[in-house]
Amino acid sequence: MAVSDNTSLSFGERLNAVFAWPVQLLFRLFEIPLSWVQRTIGIPRMPWIFLLPNLAFFGLFVVVPLFINFAYSLTGGAELFLQNRVYVGAEQYGYLMDCGSYLDANTCREDRFWKAVYNTIVFVFFQVSFMVLFSLITALILNQNIRARGFFRSVYFFPVLLSPVVVALIWKWILLRDGVLNAFLANFGIDKMLFFVDPAWSMFWAIFVSVWAHMGFYTLILLAGLQAIPPDLYEAAEMDGTKRERVFFRITLPLLWPNLLVVLVLALIKSVQIFDEVFVLTGGGPGTATQFIVQYIYNTGFTNQVQNFGLAAAASVVLGVVLFVLTLMQLAATRRKDG
Amino acid sequence: MADVTQPRSLGAMLTARRGGRSWHWTDVFTWTYLVFGVFLMFFPVVWLVLSSFKTPAGLLEFPPTLLPLGQIEQTVEGYDDPLLMFKVTMEDGSVRELAQVRRIGIIAQMVDPAVPGETIKVPIASREPIREFRVAWENYTRPLERFNFLTYLKNSVVVTTVATLVTLLINSMAAFGLSIYEFRGRNAVMLFVIGTLMIPITIILVPAYLVVTELGMVNTLWAVILPGAATPTGVFLLRQYMLTIPRDLIEAARMDRASEWSIYWRIVLPLSLPAIAVLAIFSVMWRWNDFLWPLIVLNRSEVYTLQIGLNAFQGELDVQWHYVLAMTVIALIPVTLVFAFLQRFITTGIASSGMK
Amino acid sequence: MTNALHKKLVLGVAALGLMAGNALAETELRMTWYNDGIEGEVMQGLLDKFEAANPDIKVTLDVVPYKAILESLPVQLAAGEGPDLARVTDLGGLSQYYLDLTPYISDAGYWKDNFGPFLKWLDPNGEAISGFMTQLTVTGPYVNKTLFEQAEVDMPGEGATWDDWAAASKAVADKLDIPIPMAWDRSGHRVAGPAISMGAKMFDADGKPALVDDGLKEMTQRLYDWHQDGTMAKELWGSVSGNQYLGANEDFANAQVVLYMSGSWQIPQFADKIGDAFDWWAVPAPCGPAACTGMPGGAALVALKTTEHPEEVGKLMDFLSAEENLAEFYGKTLFIPGHLGLAAGGVDFATDDPRAKHALETFAGAVPGISPIAFDLQGYVFNRVMFNALISRLGEAIVGEITLDEAYDRMEADVAKEIAEKERQ
Repeated sequence: MAVSDNTSLSFGERLNAVFAWPVQLLFRLFEIPLSWVQRTIGIPRMPWIFLLPNLAFFGLFVVVPLFINFAYSLTGGAELFLQNRVYVGAEQYGYLMDCGSYLDANTCREDRFWKAVYNTIVFVFFQVSFMVLFSLITALILNQNIRARGFFRSVYFFPVLLSPVVVALIWKWILLRDGVLNAFLANFGIDKMLFFVDPAWSMFWAIFVSVWAHMGFYTLILLAGLQAIPPDLYEAAEMDGTKRERVFFRITLPLLWPNLLVVLVLALIKSVQIFDEVFVLTGGGPGTATQFIVQYIYNTGFTNQVQNFGLAAAASVVLGVVLFVLTLMQLAATRRKDG
Repeated sequence: MADVTQPRSLGAMLTARRGGRSWHWTDVFTWTYLVFGVFLMFFPVVWLVLSSFKTPAGLLEFPPTLLPLGQIEQTVEGYDDPLLMFKVTMEDGSVRELAQVRRIGIIAQMVDPAVPGETIKVPIASREPIREFRVAWENYTRPLERFNFLTYLKNSVVVTTVATLVTLLINSMAAFGLSIYEFRGRNAVMLFVIGTLMIPITIILVPAYLVVTELGMVNTLWAVILPGAATPTGVFLLRQYMLTIPRDLIEAARMDRASEWSIYWRIVLPLSLPAIAVLAIFSVMWRWNDFLWPLIVLNRSEVYTLQIGLNAFQGELDVQWHYVLAMTVIALIPVTLVFAFLQRFITTGIASSGMK
Repeated sequence: MTNALHKKLVLGVAALGLMAGNALAETELRMTWYNDGIEGEVMQGLLDKFEAANPDIKVTLDVVPYKAILESLPVQLAAGEGPDLARVTDLGGLSQYYLDLTPYISDAGYWKDNFGPFLKWLDPNGEAISGFMTQLTVTGPYVNKTLFEQAEVDMPGEGATWDDWAAASKAVADKLDIPIPMAWDRSGHRVAGPAISMGAKMFDADGKPALVDDGLKEMTQRLYDWHQDGTMAKELWGSVSGNQYLGANEDFANAQVVLYMSGSWQIPQFADKIGDAFDWWAVPAPCGPAACTGMPGGAALVALKTTEHPEEVGKLMDFLSAEENLAEFYGKTLFIPGHLGLAAGGVDFATDDPRAKHALETFAGAVPGISPIAFDLQGYVFNRVMFNALISRLGEAIVGEITLDEAYDRMEADVAKEIAEKERQ
C-alpha cells in the first residue's frame, strides 16, 4: 500500500534492466547519422530535426485532412473524391446560416444545426462548471493526509480508463426503465422514472456521466498543483490558528490558479467535442434535446442515406473556428496572468 | 509524496485528520465523500461484471437481481428432459415445490417430483421460479469459440504496443526540440500543436480516410497505428515536463562534446521518465479503446481489433447484450492491468510535470 | 501523394509482416457480413461446404457491426476499397457498386424465376442480377396472447383495424397493469406499411416521392394521439433523436408490452428468449381503408464491382443460391425465404416451437397481400431518405418540440434537400 520513493526507484531500475538494452541499442544506432547531420547543419537547426517526424505525421494525418475538409465545405453532391464533386462556393455555409431569427432554431432552414449549437452551449456551461467543481473537491480531499490515499486515487481515476462507449453502455443499463436505479428507487416507493424521455433528465445524465468518466483526469492535474504548494505555508497558517476556510481562499486557491486554468481550458475543449458517450447514452434525444454539434456533423456526413460531406464539413469548419477563438482567448488570459 | 509513513491502528485510520484537534465539518465531509465516491465510481463497473454473467433472460428481468441466477431444473421420473422447478402457492394457501410439465395458455401443468404420476393444474400467476446462483460462462466461452478472439487480441496488442512506442518516440523528440532550444518559429509550432489539440477525429474522418487510402494502408494495422501517433496532448505534456529540467545539465554535456542526439536520449529522456509513463498510460488507453477509426479503415477480419470484434454482436435489429457485456469485461482486463502496473507514475508523473 | 513515400510504406509494411492477407496460390474471396442472430454460423457452414467442393477458392467471412455496413461500407466502396461480396440493407442506394453477375452465373433463368421481384430492388433501373435476399422480411404485429387470456379480453379478429387493436391492447394493459399497451419499432419503415393501409400513396403521378399526403397524415395523427394518451410509451419514439432505430423486442420478451409492431425477423430471437414463458403470437397486418399491408424488406447478399475475381464470385453465388442450400439457410435461420420456389414449396424450419411455426406461417402468408405501393417503396433508391425524414420529424413532434404540421413541412423539406444533394452534378 505504501508507495515510497524507495520502491519506485527499484521499480525503475528493474524496468531499466529489462528494456534498456534493446532501446539503448536503437538510440545508439541513430547516433552516427544524426551526429553527421548535426555537423552539417549546425546546432541551431537541430530542433527542426527533432520536430520533423512529429510534424510529418501531423501534416499527413491532420493538416492535409483539414485542408481536404475545407475544400469539401465548398462543394456539393454525394461523391467521395474531391475532383468529382461540384463546386458550390459558400452555399453550404449559407444554408447553415439561413435563419429567420437566430434565437429560434425552428425558423432556421437547418434547424438541427442550431438546436445542436444551443444544446452544446447549455451542456458545455454546466458540464465544465461541475467538472471543475467536483475535480477540485476531489483533489482537495485526496490531498489530505488520509489513509489508503493511493487506493482512493486509483478509484477516482479508474473510470478514465474506460472507453466512452463502455461508459455509456454501463450507465444506460443502469438508468433504463427496468434498470437497477429504478429498482433501487422502488424501495422508497418512487415510481419508475423514464429518464431518457424527459429532456431535463437526459441533459442531466449526459452531464453526470461525462463528469463521472473524466473527472479523474482533471483531479490529477489539480492534485499535482496542490502538491506543488509548499507545506510550510500551511504550517504557518495552522500556527496562527487561521480558519481552514480562510486558508483555502487565501493560500490554496490563488496558488492553484494556473492548474485550474489548464483544467478549465482542457475541459472546455473536450466538452465542446463531446460525442460518443452521449450518443450511446441518450441517442441525442428526447427529440433533439441532447443532440450536440459533433453528433450533428457525424449524422450529416455519415448516418444519412445521402452522406452529405459538404454540409458536414461546413459545420465542422464553423466548429473549428469557434474552438480556435476559445483557445486564443485562453492564451491571452494566461499571458496576462504570467505578465 | 510518502503516503503513509508508519502503520496505524484501524481506529486511528478511521479518525485520521489533520492535527489532533476535534472533528471539523470538513473531516465528516471528507469521509462521507470518499465512501460515497468509492461506491459511485466502482458500482457501475461491478454491475457490468456481474451482469456479464447473466443469461439473456436474466438481463431483462425486473427488478434486476444482484447476482446471476438460473432456474433449477430437475429430472422427474417419466419425463425425458429435465423440468423447470417452481414454487407454487396452492388454493388452500400452502406452498409446494413443483416441476412444470407444460404450459397451455394461462394454466400450467405441474408435477410433484416426489409423486411423478399425478399432474396438477395451476394458474400461471400463482407460481414463481425457484432459482439458484448460476454463472452463465457461455457468455464468455461461446464468443471465444465463435470468433477469432486470439487474432483480435493479438492485433489489439500489436496496435497498442507499436502505436505507443511510436508515439513516445516522436512526441518526446518533438517535446525535446520545443523545450531545450530557443529558435525562430517555436511559438508558431506550439500554437500549431495547441491548435490540433482541438480537432476531434470525428470531423475529419472522411478526409483522413482518403489520405490513408492514397497511402495504400487500408486494411493494414499501420492505418490504425500511424494517424494517431503524433498526439498534441503528448507533445504538450512532455514539453511542460522537460522545461523543468535544469539547463546546466545540458550545457555541461555540450561542454563534454556530447551530440544533441545523445543529450536527448542519455540525459533528457531518462529524466522525463515519469511524464513518459503518464503518456504511455494514456496512449495505451486511447489505442485500446479506439473504435470509430478502425471501423472505417479495417474491413478484413484478420486485422480486426478487439473493439470491432466485440461490437460485431450489435446487429441491425438485435443486440446480443450478453455477449457484448462479456466481451467488454474481457477488453477491460488488459487496460486495468497496465493501469495497476503504471499507476504509481500517474500521480507522481503529472505531479512533477507541473502542467502549468 | 508521392510515389516514393507510398512505395516505402508498402515495403516497410510487408517487411514487418503486418500486412493483411496471405499470398497463397488459391483465390481468396471476402464477404462482409453482419449478424442479428445465428445466420453467420449457418452461412459459415455453407461456405465450408463450398470450399470443400472448390479447393482452389477460399471464402472469408468478415463479420462487422451493423454500423459498419450502414456507415463505413459506402465510404469504402466509394473509395474502391470494398470486399468481393457484402450483406447489405440499403438495397437500391448502393446499386452503383453492384456487380452484374449475368455473365458469371450458370443459369440466369433460374435467378430471374426465383428472385425476380427482389432483383428489381437491387437494380431499380435495369436488368442486372447482383445478388439474392438472405432474408425477406415483412413487418407486422406480435401480441402477447397470454396477457389477452389473463385479462379476458378478446383478440380482434381478421380484418380488424389499427384502432381496434389499439383499443384492445389498452384494455388489456389497463386491466393487468402492463406498462406499455402498444409499442412500435422506432423506424420509418415500420410506419410506412400502416400508412399505406390508411391510403398513403408515397409517390406522385410522375413517380416522384411525395411523402406527405392525407393517408400518411391519418396514420401519423393516430400515432401522435396514441403517444399522448398513453397507448404507446414515449420511451421508444421519444427517447432518441434523428433516425435512430430502437426496438421494443426486449420489453416484449419481458411481457411488458401487449402488442408489438415489428417484423418477421424477430421470430428466431423470440423463440430463443421467450421460449415457453408466454404465448407470443404473430397476427396479420391490421387494416385501413386502403389495404391491410405490412412493408417488405430485408437484407441481400450482393456481389461488388470491386472484386478482382468475378468468375469465382459467380461460382460462389451459384452455389449459395442453389435451392437446397438456400433451403438449409432459411430453414436453420428461421428467415422468410426470399426465393419464390421455396416460398411456394415451403421450407422445413428447424424449430419445434408452435409459436415460431405459427409466426413464420403468418408472415410468409402475408407476402402475397403486400400492397404494390409498399413493393415500389421498398424498391425505391431513396426510400431510406423518406423513412428517415418520417421518423425523425415525427419523433420531434411527439416529444413536443415542433407541431405535427411543422413536422410535415420539415419531412418534405428534408426529402427534397437530400435528393437534390445526391442529384447535384
